[in-house]
Formats: sequence, structure tokens, C-alpha cells
Amino acid sequence: MTQSFPEEVLEHVFSFLTSHTDRNAVSLVSKSWYDTERWCRDHVFIGNCYAVNPRVLTRRFKEVKAVELKGKPHFADFNLVPEGWGGCVDPWIVEMGRVYSGLEEIRLKRMEVTDEGLEMVAKGFGKLKVLVLASCDGFSTDGLAAVAANCRNLRVLDLRECEVEELSCHWLSHFPDSFTLLESLNIACLSSEVSFSALERLVSRSPNLKTLKLNRTVPLEKLSTLLQRAPQLVEFGTGAYSAEGLDAYSSLAEAFSGCKKLKSLSGFWDVIPAYLPAVYSVCSQLTSLNLSYATTQSPDLSKIISHCHNLQRLVVLDYIEDTGLETVATSCKDLKELVVFPSDPYVADANVPLTEQGLVSVSQGCTKLHSVLYFCRQMSNSALVSISKNRPNITCFRLCILEPRSPDYLTLEPLDTGFGSIVENCKQLTRLSMSGLLTDRVFEYIGKHAKKLDMLSIAFAGDTDLGLHYILSGCDSLRKLEIRDCPFGDKALLANASKLETMRSLWMSSCFVSFGACKLLGQKMPRLNVEVIDERENLNSIPENVPVEKVYIYRTVCGQRFDMPDFVRIMGKDKADVYNLS
Amino acid sequence: MTSPLLGIEGGGGQKNAKFTRYLGLSDCSSVDSSSISEVNKSSLNLKATELRLGLPGSQSPESSLTSSEKLDEKPLFPLLPSVDGICSSSTKTVVSGHKRIFTDAIDSCSEIKGLSEGNWLFSGSNSDPSKSVIQGNFVGNSNVNEIVSSGDQSNKVKTSNPPAAKAQVVGWPPVRSFRKNILATSSKNNDEVDGKPCSGALFVKVSMDGAPYLRKVDLRGYSTYQQLSSALEKMFTCFTIGQCGPQGGPGRENLSESKLRDLLHGSGYVLTYEDKDGDWMLVGDVPWDMFIGSCKRLKIMKGSDAIGLAPRASEKSKTRS
Repeated sequence: MTQSFPEEVLEHVFSFLTSHTDRNAVSLVSKSWYDTERWCRDHVFIGNCYAVNPRVLTRRFKEVKAVELKGKPHFADFNLVPEGWGGCVDPWIVEMGRVYSGLEEIRLKRMEVTDEGLEMVAKGFGKLKVLVLASCDGFSTDGLAAVAANCRNLRVLDLRECEVEELSCHWLSHFPDSFTLLESLNIACLSSEVSFSALERLVSRSPNLKTLKLNRTVPLEKLSTLLQRAPQLVEFGTGAYSAEGLDAYSSLAEAFSGCKKLKSLSGFWDVIPAYLPAVYSVCSQLTSLNLSYATTQSPDLSKIISHCHNLQRLVVLDYIEDTGLETVATSCKDLKELVVFPSDPYVADANVPLTEQGLVSVSQGCTKLHSVLYFCRQMSNSALVSISKNRPNITCFRLCILEPRSPDYLTLEPLDTGFGSIVENCKQLTRLSMSGLLTDRVFEYIGKHAKKLDMLSIAFAGDTDLGLHYILSGCDSLRKLEIRDCPFGDKALLANASKLETMRSLWMSSCFVSFGACKLLGQKMPRLNVEVIDERENLNSIPENVPVEKVYIYRTVCGQRFDMPDFVRIMGKDKADVYNLS
Repeated sequence: MTSPLLGIEGGGGQKNAKFTRYLGLSDCSSVDSSSISEVNKSSLNLKATELRLGLPGSQSPESSLTSSEKLDEKPLFPLLPSVDGICSSSTKTVVSGHKRIFTDAIDSCSEIKGLSEGNWLFSGSNSDPSKSVIQGNFVGNSNVNEIVSSGDQSNKVKTSNPPAAKAQVVGWPPVRSFRKNILATSSKNNDEVDGKPCSGALFVKVSMDGAPYLRKVDLRGYSTYQQLSSALEKMFTCFTIGQCGPQGGPGRENLSESKLRDLLHGSGYVLTYEDKDGDWMLVGDVPWDMFIGSCKRLKIMKGSDAIGLAPRASEKSKTRS
């Protein structure tokens, strides 16, 4: 069959496809489309670094400009994945360095990055413009110094929530004096001091700087200096927002008023309320405000928020209370995303007047709200039903009731109907995290209604394997499922084995999945890696019917990986099953 | 759409119908029989077959994980382990490599009191494995329950109300560690926290010379150096044994705690930590509370590398106060 379009035309058409899902779809149409597409794809997204390997990447795509890689499973954020599990980026850097000399953007999430790796990046990719490390660890300020010294074209250095070994405060000085291209710098995760003079000089010679997120150690008194050097800032994160006395106030307020383009504020560690009004002049411009480190009381929070009429994203502690959220509901009519973190997660009865009512108020007042992450101590089915009816446009709903298995506090019933209402009314829901007392019934609702659900997180919920079965058999769009401490076992897993190949990954920890089932699954499904993560000794002598501690199942075209520590085993694979692709 | 891995007899019907037949529910006679024969899923009564994971003191309407009697009623899950199996696999400690050695670690009631700001809340039944992973502590089923019920803690065990204080579960609530630590240290700004002990986990990395990877421990899971030391010994034995040579003795599982300690001390390892100033100090010189307030990370060093640390540590604590 002759192709109707010449390749150049096809390539031109493909150039309008930027989403990787679209690109993946067109590459499946035919062999010739696959070939055309692979020669012109320059942004590659790999959601699970072990689903492929570096060689697969470089053999398929030849001229890559931007790569995004993700490593550890999401629950690693909460210390559920032991150190040393894997996800090291170095082999990728080596292989990409060999082939992609024109690489401009590297974005990594939950990967282990070493100093050697950063040095390879710095010296191997002369055209590098963007380096984003999100929730990564394994490197130190020495690696950052190498990047600073060698990446002549760097625009973006974003260390988002990383764990960095801070050996020296002088790494910033390694940016050459001739380096003036910086557009974005995020060092908020660093806990030690950085050299302020180096920072100030860097900011002064970066006319394109749009994003500057400082760390906690930068004192408030120095903020006005920086802001005066960079009035063009669009995103700014303060350091510790406190000072002795109020001397620094007026220069700070003046400096803020000079930032006409400022749209996003964050930082605010150790807030002294008296200094909050210094930002009032920019509040009406703000679309994003992160006060989640501001341990200050509701009235102060409400006051500043009431000025933010254009706010689209708000991150705050539960100190905001229900009354503060009512202020949000009346003042922030454009709000799209709300995040409320707990101030004192470990105390059962913290007497913080933040309840389900706050969320209900926001759902009533903010008609554009589509994304919620809410930590609270009580919830009711009626509140959840109200929320779902008020805001059927919700796409991401994550609710964490701090005490596991909390029932509806009014009726003492499970919260099945409440969450059922959410999935039934919010038809575009793509992400859901649940908590509270939940039986198999809620999973029945989810399997029936949540057809667009892409990611589901479950903890301390369900009664029997039926719960898991409902999800795996009902949720057509499900790609990521993470489960902890639920009584789900072998039957539902094995009965839905082929579903697992349609998903990116499944995590189950402290459930009832046995060694034997994992082995069977691994044997029967060659394109799944069934990783048992278990730190007990003498794993070989544990009977097959005993539950594993943790199992992480993901689809892969590469067979086993060989960088596993001794507490990780890939079940059911012979060495002969490994695909040899080199 | 999804084909079950193991054979299911009978064709057609709803997916769930197949599934419940597969589970053997329709054949089961010893389970509450009110609607087992109905395959209609809305009337499936699975209450009697519920396996609940019992967190200590959780207020689920059913009691926490069943006693052996209830399990015997359930031929539905042949793959399930025996009660003992569940116990030993669920009462794990993240820290320990020796999951089955429970009883030695808990010496007295008073130690339990000090372990976290909460109390050990068990629902009281004899074979009641807590599914929650208690960071850094050793959970012995019968021993601990005896201790708990005989001490003051018993009046704090409420099965129907929320517990007064939480036993800490790893990874719950799902908040990133940097967020927990920051809140703990800024508690001085918050009046509500005055007088309450600092809560929240405090994870620090632990490395050991020659070990291929790091571990992490939650310092707030311990209240004495003794506990921390035992935990670390157990965590790192797999690396130590490798270095022991001929004096290694019998297989890992036969080593008692004291023998482990001898091995560690005999092979000349010492525990050190890096404090807030970036100095490396010997662990054990300062009061425990001061230690966890300043410890940034731990390192198990060879004794020869650690010479010279001890004098600095005690000098430092003098100059500090």
C-alpha cells in the first residue's frame, strides 16, 4: 500500500503534535508512520525509567532535545520505598551523552542523581538550557557547582523538593561572571546558607530572571536588595519571613510594590504577621500563593488572602481554619487549585477549627475549582455529596482524613456514599486519593463510574478482594494504582493480570499478596516486572503463601533490571527471559 | 476484557458473577449464608468474611484483625497464611532485619511510655497483630499486650473512640518528610504547641563504611541510645557479617543480640553523627534530647577512623551550654 503523504508532509503534520500521548498514538498507526514519527520526536517522556532502558531510547529517537524521566514510585515520597531501591539516572546520562549532543532540557523526578552524574551532564551537554530535579536525591553541592561552572547555556536550575548534601555554601559562585542567561533559580529545598553575595551578584547580572525561589536561610532584611535588583520577577519565594523589629518593613514594602509582574509568591517560613502587609501591593496580581510554611493564625492568613482576587492556586496550612476558607470562597473567585496541609499531623485532637465545612465553602464559592488536596480530621458523606454536586468539574480530588478508617463523624457510617458521589458526579475525575472508613462498596462505585480515572491512591480501606477486583475490572483509564494496608490479596490480582499490562504501575504494600502469587504473575506475564520489596531475612525460606511486605508491578519492554539491592527481587523470571537489546 | 489468569469454570454471565463463583462464595456453607447463593453483588454479604486490618485502637465497627476462630470460618482464601503467618509478616519493623526476634527488645512498661508521645494501643485480643508499621520499635504480640494491659495504658485503649494519641505509622499521613520537620522546628511560633512534646518523624540517613547503600531511621522512634544502637546493629548486620571473617560464627538467624553487639564492637565499629555545625561526633556523649535536636545524619565508622572524636564531643557540649 503506497503512502498517501510524502514523509516531509507527514513530519510537518506531526510537528503540531506536542503531547506525548498523541505522538505515541500516531506511531502505532503503521510502520511508516512509526518511522516518520521517531525521526522527528524531540521531546521524550518516560514515566517509569524501568519500563525501557537507555539503549531503547537512543535506538528509537535520534534527535532528542528534551527528556523527562521518572524513577521511584510515588509512595517513596512517604518513606515507603527503602533507600537503595534504584532509579539512578547515571546510566541514562552516559548513554544520552553518547548520542544526544544537542540535548537542551533534562527533567527528572524521584530519581537518584549522583555528583558524577551531574558532572557528566555539565560536561557532556554543552547546549543544556533546563535542568529540573524534582524530589531527587543522592547529590551534593559539589555536583551543583559543576553544573554552575560548565553549563554555559543554562536558563533554568530548579531543585524542587530535593535532598541535597550541602557541603559548601559557595557553589553559586561557580557561575562565571560572564554568565547572564539565568531565567529561573529554585533553591528552596536547601537548608544551609548559600553565599548571599554570590546570590546577589548572580541576580544582578541576570536581566531575564523570572523565577527566584530562595531558601529559608536568606534573611528578610536582604529581600528588598534582591527585589530591587530583579523587579521583573514573575515568581518569587522568600526565605524566613521574620526579623527583629520593623525596620526592614518599609523598604520591603517598597521593593514589592516595584514588582509589577509578580504573579506567584511562596516561602514565608517563620512568618511574623506584622510583615505580611508588605506584600499587599502585589496581592491583586497574584495567581499563585503558597503559605504552607506560614505558621500564623487564621486572621492574618485571611487578611492577605482577601486581597488576592485573581488567585488561581492556594497552598496553605490548616491554620487557615474554616473561617479563612470562607474568605477564600468569597474573595478568590478564580481559584482552580486548593491545597491544605496539616500543621500537626501526629496529634489526634489538635483543636484546629478546620473541618469538612471549609472545603464545602470553597466548593460552593469557587466555581472554577478543579483540583483539591485536603488534610482534615473529620468528614461526612453529606459534605462529600455537597462538594460533588457543587463542583462536578473536579478533576483531581485528594482527601486525607488524618486518622485511618475514620467513619462519617455524624452517622458513624463508612464514607462509601460520599466518595461514590464524587466519582459519579465528577465525570472528568482523573486523580483520586481516598481515606476514612471505606468498604468494598466504594470500590464498586469507582469501578462503575470512574471511567476517566488515571491515578488512584488507597490506604486502610476495603474488606475483601472484591474491592480490588472492582477497580481493576472497571476503571478503563487507570494507569497508576497505589495501595497500602488493604486486605487485598492474590485472587483479584491474578484474575486481572492482563489489566496490569495496560497500566504504568501497581504498588501494593502491607496487603495480602503472597510470594507464590507474585511468582506466578511474573512467570505468566513476561512483560511485567513483579518486584517484591521485602526487607526480611531468609526470604528463600519463607513459605509461598505468606504475604510479601511490598510489591511493585510495572510493565516493561526490557525484562529484568540488574541494579537491584538485595531486598528487591523480580519474581518468576529466568535469566533467559531478559531481552538483549544491545 | 481482562482475562483471569487462573481458570474459571462456567462461561458467560457477569464478570463479577464469574469472580464470585471463582472465589467459591456460592459453595461456601460455613460463612454467614444469608445471601451467599445470590450472585447479585449488591446482596453479597461479606461481613462475616471481612478481614480487617486492625490498627491499634482503631474505631472500625468490627474488631481488628480476627482471632484464629474467625479465620477458620473462611475457606474462601486458601492462599491466606495462618494467623501466625499474618502475625509475623505484618508486625514488622522497618528497621530490623530480624523480624522474628521480638520479645527481648521491650524491657519494661516505662520504656514503652517513652517510645512515642502516644501509647501502644492494642485492642487487647491475644493474637492481635497490628498491621501498622511502628517505626523503629519491636512489636511482640503477646508480650506487649500483657505489658500494655497491665500498665496504665489500658485505660487509654478505646476501641470505639478515636485514640487520644497516635501510634506512628510509617508513611502516614502522606506528608513529605521535609514538611514534617519544618513544622516541628517552627513550633515556637505556634501557641498551641507550647508544652506539648515535638511530634513528627525525624528521619536521618545512616551510612556505614563499606555498605553499598544507606538506610534511614526515624530518631523520634527511639528514646534512648540503647534502642537506637540495637536497631542499627540489626539493620546493618548483613554488612557486618560479611566483614567478620572466621570469627563470624553460625548463620545470621542464630545470632543473639549480644553476640551481634560483640561482633560490632569486636570488629571495631563506632557510631558517629554529624551535628548542625557539620562536625562529626561520637554518639552517646550528650543527653538524648540534645542529640536528636542536633543530629543531621549518622555514620557507622571503623573505630580507627573515629579516634579523636570523643574529646571534641565533650568539649563541645561544655561550650554549648
